[in-house]
Amino acid sequence: MSLLGIIAALLLGSGALLGVIGGIGLHRMPDFYTRLHAAGVTDTLCSALFLGGLAIHFGPTLASVKLALIFMFLMFTSPTSCHALANTAFNAGLRPWQASSTGSTPPSTP
Amino acid sequence: MLAAAGIAVLVSMALALARALLGPTLYDRILAVNMFGTKTVLFIALVAALVGRGDYLDIALLYALINFIGVIALLRYHEVSGVSESKPGPPP
Repeated sequence: MSLLGIIAALLLGSGALLGVIGGIGLHRMPDFYTRLHAAGVTDTLCSALFLGGLAIHFGPTLASVKLALIFMFLMFTSPTSCHALANTAFNAGLRPWQASSTGSTPPSTP
Repeated sequence: MLAAAGIAVLVSMALALARALLGPTLYDRILAVNMFGTKTVLFIALVAALVGRGDYLDIALLYALINFIGVIALLRYHEVSGVSESKPGPPP
């Protein structure tokens, strides 16, 4: 495999790994706001690595420009939607869970 | 390598769906759906690489646009009509 192929594989692998970690984070975190953090952070970085890996796979063609556009769009909108989500949840009265205030049990263990 | 990444994306999509079904609060569900949409964008881009056709990426870009608009519209609706999830009827 050429050097570029190895780099693309590395980027794709780490992006995929981050995606799965984000998915696991959705279940491990006790409260909505911690889940929002887990999903939001890994989501943005996972798509960055993933699209970077695909861009190397596609090489310098029009497809890589499209991938760059997708990447730029996701970079702007993913944090924005996470902020809007947290803002709406907070305005609706959902308060972050603190270990001391409500005892040690998280509010929403599945 | 692409297939392995595809399987990993599918696993994270399944996890997001599980959270969407389990999610106690409404906002957990919106978060899970948002993450599912972003992963779909990545999966479409991956299929474009697998099939070797670059013009599938337009679909991925469009999906990212619509996913964002959908989440913001959903939040706008729930912000207006308050926190009670089971309250039917138009927002005031």
